[in-house]
Amino acid sequence: MSLRVLNGFKFSSLKTPIHKLDPRAKFLLVIGIIVPSLLFTNIYLLGGLLLVQVPLLLIGRVTKRWIQSLRAGVFLSALIFVVNFFTGPLVNAVALTLRFLLLMTTFSFFFMTTSPDDLGLAIDKVGFIRWLSRRWLGYPNALSFTFTTAVRLVPTMAVDAQTVVDAQRSRGLELDKGNLLKRVRNYIPILIPLLLIAIRRSLELAEALEARGFPGKEGRTSLFELRFKLVDYVLLGISLAGIVLSFWVFFHYRIPTV
Amino acid sequence: MGENGAGKTTLAKQLNGLLKPTLGKVTVDGYDTTKKSVAQLSRKVGIVFQNPDHLLFSETVKEEVAFALKNFGFETGVIVKQVERTLEALDLAHYADTSPFLLSGGERKRVALAAVLAWEPDYLVLDEPTIGQDYQQKERLRNFILQLNSQGKAVVMVTHDVEFVAECNPKVVLMSKGKILAQGQADEILSDDGLIEKASLVKPQMAKLFSQLDGFGFPRDVVDVHRAKMLLEEKLSEVKVRVPQSS
Amino acid sequence: MAGTQGEIIAARGLGFQYAGSALKALDDINIIIGQGEFVLLTGPSGCGKTTLCRCLNGLIPNFHPGEMSGELLVDGVSVAAETTSELSRKVGYVFQNPENQLFALTVEKDVAFGPENLGLTREEIRARVDWAMDAAGTVELKDLAPYELSGGQQQRVALAGVLAMKPSVIVLDEPTSFLDPRTAEEIMGAVDDLRRARGITVIVVEHRLDLVGRYAERIVVMDHGRVVADGKVEDVLDAEFDRLSGLGIGLPKVSLLWSMLRRDGLVSERVPTHVESAVKMLSERLRN
Repeated sequence: MSLRVLNGFKFSSLKTPIHKLDPRAKFLLVIGIIVPSLLFTNIYLLGGLLLVQVPLLLIGRVTKRWIQSLRAGVFLSALIFVVNFFTGPLVNAVALTLRFLLLMTTFSFFFMTTSPDDLGLAIDKVGFIRWLSRRWLGYPNALSFTFTTAVRLVPTMAVDAQTVVDAQRSRGLELDKGNLLKRVRNYIPILIPLLLIAIRRSLELAEALEARGFPGKEGRTSLFELRFKLVDYVLLGISLAGIVLSFWVFFHYRIPTV
Repeated sequence: MGENGAGKTTLAKQLNGLLKPTLGKVTVDGYDTTKKSVAQLSRKVGIVFQNPDHLLFSETVKEEVAFALKNFGFETGVIVKQVERTLEALDLAHYADTSPFLLSGGERKRVALAAVLAWEPDYLVLDEPTIGQDYQQKERLRNFILQLNSQGKAVVMVTHDVEFVAECNPKVVLMSKGKILAQGQADEILSDDGLIEKASLVKPQMAKLFSQLDGFGFPRDVVDVHRAKMLLEEKLSEVKVRVPQSS
Repeated sequence: MAGTQGEIIAARGLGFQYAGSALKALDDINIIIGQGEFVLLTGPSGCGKTTLCRCLNGLIPNFHPGEMSGELLVDGVSVAAETTSELSRKVGYVFQNPENQLFALTVEKDVAFGPENLGLTREEIRARVDWAMDAAGTVELKDLAPYELSGGQQQRVALAGVLAMKPSVIVLDEPTSFLDPRTAEEIMGAVDDLRRARGITVIVVEHRLDLVGRYAERIVVMDHGRVVADGKVEDVLDAEFDRLSGLGIGLPKVSLLWSMLRRDGLVSERVPTHVESAVKMLSERLRN
């Protein structure tokens, strides 16, 4: 499974109706798809749930990368299929493989169409997280803040990682030689500088943020706000209905796999 | 030389194989870089990266300097001697058993330099060595570079510090947007308005001065303070001589 | 007396020692800076320039603990009486590393960060963000992420973020170290324009005097935690040239040239601080 599967989870900013949906509504949609897919093993249902996402992916213009990530996930799906093939009926194997692909698609869809900023804003609004943040870190927005900062630092750290690798290779470090033990030890000259750079960077960032008034008073205003639009309410409604319906059916009927 | 993003570091990384050309060829001492590993090429071409924090990881300065020597397979006896020599040369001997992380910024830069000089590569590449350094540190660096050069080592400096280059007056390769605009002596290149403009640099103060002193017959390619002084001395003494009664 | 007409910063006997250090990072500093001045703060590495700056916005002693002695007043109020957050409204700080002071996912959000902390209304924040981004020349960058920007652009964004706090003093700690010379000049020019337009007091820490000498009216030289020279740039450069070069400060080449010529008796005028005045003086001399 190459790193290319990660592409299927990376956000790219496009202006599609899907991208503009409120992340909270989208998240509930994801739950609305996951719940039935975990509760039931009916092949037609699972297949249907998978297919229903295709138009969403198309509108969101992320189909190409979704297919890429599916291809990279072929190995794992094949593994699931094979394991279940030998431990139960064929239809089960098919159902479980379908379920895996379904879950992967749903998460992939969510992360490809939701920007980390919006995610951060959404997290900032969730009451429970604010409470946790206040108890644990002292400020209600600290957790969402941590999340946003982490996301912001990822590309920067990636560049640093490459530079450290370059610098150490220039001193004769060969990362692809030697037995397993040696190879692991060879990563120490990479990890230590990276760790220290991360620490130094965090300290400098913290200083810069304090120099701009963080954390400020309790009533911190946010320039950007997430707002539910009609389509978000509709989506919310459909997802909730779907979840409730799934549980009701689950407790009242037995749905066979085929 | 060139502005940020001109491609200087990209070109520098071609020299020890970290990057390989997608078109054309790069050879070091006759060897094609695509046919050798980075470790092999680094024996000849030592690159000192701009930020020492990308290198330092050892418990002591001694170990840090010995790291490359171990990678290259030198014998223990040789390693010990080389480490001593290098630390002496860079005035770091008293820090041999200190943790590199306890040193100041300027000292860490010296340790990074020592770590590369340890194996005495024939070609030394310095990536932006003057950033963040005060004048005294830059003076020391300049003297050190000139000394290395006089010992027969080739020194390649990637920089946009025009005044520093003006003081060293080396050969300059001027780059912009991934292309080489010109190659020549520092004083010719840094005093050329057109080139400076295209490369998004600024002229050294001496060059600016002389380009604005029109009509007095001064040469245009002056970048060094001492040469400037000599030229002005001549002309100013002439003036004094011409009008003896008013002096 | 601080709070006196036009005085924005007043230090009396200011001293500081970092926690765990036996050295005095600042030793008996006495300075008065007036509103709207452009001050160049310089000195060899380790002389205390950054330490002094950190005292101005409360990073010392709140972020960097230690023992502070003496008095430091910003806009009439002692820094000991205010938190970093409160001081950030008066003193903005632009750091040396362009990328490590930008934390948000887009430029616009980063500039908004400061005002958001002040608890202003959304309309007020919007207005400040728009104004600050325009004043610092970053409007086209508004939706970009910090790592996508060049060093010069990052510093402009940092400047915008600081401006959005509407401070009366802006401290810039070696802001152009990582920038190429052309960009460095642009940034310095932009800072000076802002000062003239808004009457903001500017303090720049810089080794390279030729870069800032053109804009700074006043220079403060530090060494080993003390102020060793303080006055108008032309005066200090003229009177203390040899001492300054002994301290290892990056004096403008044109000043160095002049002092050499003067030592040989070939010129007698004051040491110029930038090329233009040298050109004028030399042209006159040579035409006679």
